[in-house]
Amino acid sequence: MAITKQICLSTSGLTKIFGFGRRQTVAVDHVDLNLYEGEVVSIVGESGSGKTTLAKILLGLINETAGDVFFQGQKRDISSHQKRQEYWRNIQAIFQDPFSSYNIFNKIDSVLLDCINMRGGRGLARAAKVELMREACSFVNLKFEELTNKYPFELSGGQMQRLMIARIFLLKPKILIADEPTSMIDACSRATILDELMKLRDEIKMTIIFITHDIGLAYYVSDQVYIMERGKIVESGSADEVILRPRAAYTQRLISDVPKIHEEWDLSTV
Amino acid sequence: MQHTLRQIFRSGKFVVGFSIFAAILLIVTIYPLLVRESPLTIIGQGTFFPPGIYVSVYDSLTSPRYTLQLDDAAAKRLASRLSDDDRLAMKEWLVGAGLLESEIDTTDTARLLGLWEATYDPAKRIPGLTNAKRNYYVRLDASLDGLLATEGLSLATKDPQTGALIETGQVAQTDYANVSQVANLRVLALGTDNFGRDVLTELVTATGVSLQIGIVAGLVATLIGLTLGLLAGYVGGLVDDVITFVTNLFIVIPSFVLLILISFSIGQEQRGAFTIAVVIGLTGWVWTARAVRAQVISLRNRDHVNLSKLSGHSIFRIIVADILPYIASYVVMALILQISSAILAEAGLSILGLGPRTTDVPTLGQMMNWAFIYQAYILGKWWAYLPALAAIALVSFSMNLMNTGLDQVFNPALRE
Ligand SMILES: Nc1ncnc2c1ncn2[C@@H]1O[C@H](COP(=O)(O)OP(=O)(O)OP(=O)(O)O)[C@@H](O)[C@H]1O
Ligand SMILES: [Mg+2]
Repeated sequence: MAITKQICLSTSGLTKIFGFGRRQTVAVDHVDLNLYEGEVVSIVGESGSGKTTLAKILLGLINETAGDVFFQGQKRDISSHQKRQEYWRNIQAIFQDPFSSYNIFNKIDSVLLDCINMRGGRGLARAAKVELMREACSFVNLKFEELTNKYPFELSGGQMQRLMIARIFLLKPKILIADEPTSMIDACSRATILDELMKLRDEIKMTIIFITHDIGLAYYVSDQVYIMERGKIVESGSADEVILRPRAAYTQRLISDVPKIHEEWDLSTV
Repeated sequence: MQHTLRQIFRSGKFVVGFSIFAAILLIVTIYPLLVRESPLTIIGQGTFFPPGIYVSVYDSLTSPRYTLQLDDAAAKRLASRLSDDDRLAMKEWLVGAGLLESEIDTTDTARLLGLWEATYDPAKRIPGLTNAKRNYYVRLDASLDGLLATEGLSLATKDPQTGALIETGQVAQTDYANVSQVANLRVLALGTDNFGRDVLTELVTATGVSLQIGIVAGLVATLIGLTLGLLAGYVGGLVDDVITFVTNLFIVIPSFVLLILISFSIGQEQRGAFTIAVVIGLTGWVWTARAVRAQVISLRNRDHVNLSKLSGHSIFRIIVADILPYIASYVVMALILQISSAILAEAGLSILGLGPRTTDVPTLGQMMNWAFIYQAYILGKWWAYLPALAAIALVSFSMNLMNTGLDQVFNPALRE
């Protein structure tokens, strides 16, 4: 198993600096990542450590200041609209805040239709498209009939985020970047969404980059863990290695900050 | 969408502003259908006829006559003919002749005349009375006699051969004509201007033209500002730098100065209303561009835009579908402000004599300019400039009111 692992996304010396002079922020600082196909990789760090910025660079939504991104061993080329579209067929995202992820002027059907079109379903009959949308919705336990013709603001945060998972279900990308998909929603929906996300991974065998500030959650879902502190990767390795035997002081602090309720996950105390 | 519209029409300010504006629009469109005369026809031989109903004297003499015995007719006739200056002069003489000042009431025509008849004597010496003044009193007394005469007037025609007058009729003081039977009568609700043109017709046309100028200029300015703002804000980079540079250039040079220079260099002959509108639009886009750019910059990193990118949408589609709707309310408000400021800019230009060429159409600014050149302000001919001023004020008041109303709907922080 370990021998056949193939690298699907990697970076070297990835750096992003916002602003100039005295007001400059180094949001991402010489980050090297190696992501293998089919793995769940967590990037853990506290607020402001540059996780979202890193995710957006990986997605090609903002330009890196320095460093390279390699996709399936090749240096990523997203210089033209065609190439970007091709890239985005392979890498997709679920954003942190579901409430700002939707265009409030479009009905939610259009979000799903866009995905179908992107997967080459533009020429399908209306009925076939509806069937696909229904399938995607039922995958995340939503009823398409209840959602169709509605506007995003008529949905709850949990429903919005589940619809985002349905979107990924339709797109079937190779890599999914989930940027704290559960941080803005209540604890009950949180478990459901995590379950659905894992179910989705089993279904379409994709690589997931799971971004979170909750190290307990990272341990729960991931194969590999990267710990990020102020733009730098301070520690990385398999989930067991990093969380059960943390070396960096920052990691130890993150672990001790986990609230007591998470103790059953915190195997370091067992 | 519908919900927002309903909210907009619940905002008191918007509704009031909108009603005023709609009323103005209605008048501007309906009036020309009723009054087909060109607004620039000269109907009066002379300047600044005051507002009122004008009846043809000839027609009223030749129309059917009715005899009405009305007690106060003579008194009213006197009262309307005796000017305030004359009354004061009479009072002055009477006081000079030894009457008590407190006993003389210049507003009571009958009493004043009674006193005058009883006391006035041209031979009487009043201290400090100049010769010229004395002669004035003699003339005044004679004209009062004419007014007090009880006989009628003779109508006469001239014999074309001999030049002798032949009496053709009499007009008694008790003769009346029915206004509805007088063939020629013209209501000049706002009088005439310095060229003898009907101010009301001119005003309505001018309001329409000014609104058109405002709308064309506002659309031009908003379109340019919106396009540049969207490009600068969304595309960023070099495009942003160039556009921001040009914008800042336009900000440093006050747009009104630019407007004056361009208007001047175009020359009187080339300045049609449309040209002026476009020029105003070309100099007015700066603030819209800046504001749109700022809004777009804050929008372009929003996740819904990112999601749209990830869905493979083109830049054009993202701008139209994911950015524009979010700033649409703002753009509508900017458009309204642009229209109202363009109307003011036209007025400003015209007052300086740099407005549209004067032979085509009237504009509100030109009416002010004509009133200014012909000294209506100094002569107190208020009907030549006040209505135009009021129209400008009303139009921009209504638009600003609509704008505030919209602002309150779209910007929850401003809601009461
Ligand atoms: N567009 C930007 N311009 C300037 N600075 C930025 C920008 N985006 C992010 N930053 C800065 O970069 C740093 C990292 O931000 P980032 O959003 O990546 O953090 P994060 O780890 O995702 O935090 P959170 O857990 O709160 O989402 C922060 O200090 C932030 O202020
Ligand atoms: Mg973040």
